Amino acid sequence: MSLLRIEGLGLRFPNGVTALDGVDLALEGGEFLSLLGPSGCGKSTLLRAVMGLARPDTGRIAWAGGSRPRVGVVFQDPTLMPWAGVIDNVALPLRLAGLDRAAREKAALAAIERVGLAGFERAVPRELSGGMRMRVSIARALVGDPDVLLMDEPFAALDEITRLRLDDELRALASARGTTVLFVTHSVFESVYLSSRIAVMTPRPGRIAGTLAVKRPAAGDFRATADYARQCGEVSALLGRVMAA
Amino acid sequence: MRGALAARGAPLIVGLLVLAAWEALVRLNDMPPYILPAPSRIAATLWSDRAILLVSLAVTLKTTFAALVTAALSSLVLAILFRQSRWIERSLYPYAVILQVTPIVAIAPLILIYVEDPFAVMLVCATIVAFFPILSNTMLGLRSVDPGLEDMFRLQGAGRLQVLWLLHLPSALPHFLAGLRIAGGLALIGAVVAEFVSSTTAGGATGLAWRIIEAGQRLNVPRMFAALALIAASGIAIFALLTALSHIVLRRWHESERTG
Repeated sequence: MSLLRIEGLGLRFPNGVTALDGVDLALEGGEFLSLLGPSGCGKSTLLRAVMGLARPDTGRIAWAGGSRPRVGVVFQDPTLMPWAGVIDNVALPLRLAGLDRAAREKAALAAIERVGLAGFERAVPRELSGGMRMRVSIARALVGDPDVLLMDEPFAALDEITRLRLDDELRALASARGTTVLFVTHSVFESVYLSSRIAVMTPRPGRIAGTLAVKRPAAGDFRATADYARQCGEVSALLGRVMAA
Repeated sequence: MRGALAARGAPLIVGLLVLAAWEALVRLNDMPPYILPAPSRIAATLWSDRAILLVSLAVTLKTTFAALVTAALSSLVLAILFRQSRWIERSLYPYAVILQVTPIVAIAPLILIYVEDPFAVMLVCATIVAFFPILSNTMLGLRSVDPGLEDMFRLQGAGRLQVLWLLHLPSALPHFLAGLRIAGGLALIGAVVAEFVSSTTAGGATGLAWRIIEAGQRLNVPRMFAALALIAASGIAIFALLTALSHIVLRRWHESERTG
């Protein structure tokens, strides 16, 4: 049974624009699924609906087991509390869940370590670079040991070099624990590199135009292989057909 | 570095020039102190009358700070209430505006009638003057919260109190402090106005404004100027103090206190 089933999902904005129309999608446990589509196609709206922040007008979102599992969320902006140090930002979900200070600091320190920010626990967001802030945001998403990571173009605002590095790190973090990830992006290369499966969306109103499984080598630099280039080409071609239709 | 020094020195030089011109004007025209006292005479009066003036200064400052604290607490509570419910805001906010736009000198005589304790009269007057900028600034701050963080809190199932304490109040802190900075000067004005208005009833008020009136009746013009100088210095000191407070609290994270 799929971890998440989305069936016939439709969503219309208050201004009358139809953002999503008949979205069908299943998220399997342990997979890294990218939602890829042109900007404005409703992929972020779809993710917000999955998060429970946007209410769909039609269709349904069903989680295995009936209720939403623990989710970790990363938005396009790091959305950190500027007045709080890294450790308090990372520990926020645990604080809201009512954990005591010792327990949440221990978990936060571990999460900070996992994203490579050990030594910056007491820094405030302003003292960090854009890439480091995004790592804080990822650490906050990881701290509650979530069953699913929901990420909305998390690296879109970062420079290319930082982005490649964070893609590597995210890939390692997700595969180390077999975390299920639903990842929104508008980058073909990023989606192929990160994902085990890619769902391509149509321009607005957004629907799923098709899904592709990504075949990746067990080891080595995937980006340097001909397989990678070929699959990027396939995804681009599908995207091109979707845009032309 | 030289620019910064010049920027600091410029107003000081202007002040010294004005004082020197004033001193020269009085001396050259041989003006009597009850018409216009020279700055040197005012300074001498400040020293010779220090016992009386300092006691009065303490009275005025006590009113000012009590009013500032009362205004800060009451407007904070009110702003939080407004943030919790649009209905409360719609029902009460117009009255806060009315209170703000009605001149305090017009309200003060009424307060004198209904409030007996002279200190309470001063406190009420100064609080009315001081509280609005804190209220409106804090309201603005409580509404200028990062929508992404609002989503984040909602997603994690944060309760109303958690959202208020961990998100809304810290977000509003810079605005609150900016309001407090304006209110500091206004509280002093409110205290002085209240002393002026209540001086006619001899309600035991012995603040600096009261000293000015008393000295005026005795044609002790140097003391009037000395008391005025103390009021102005207090205003500057309060502003500097609240600016420093804002800097200490915000310097690590807020853009308004970014240096260099």
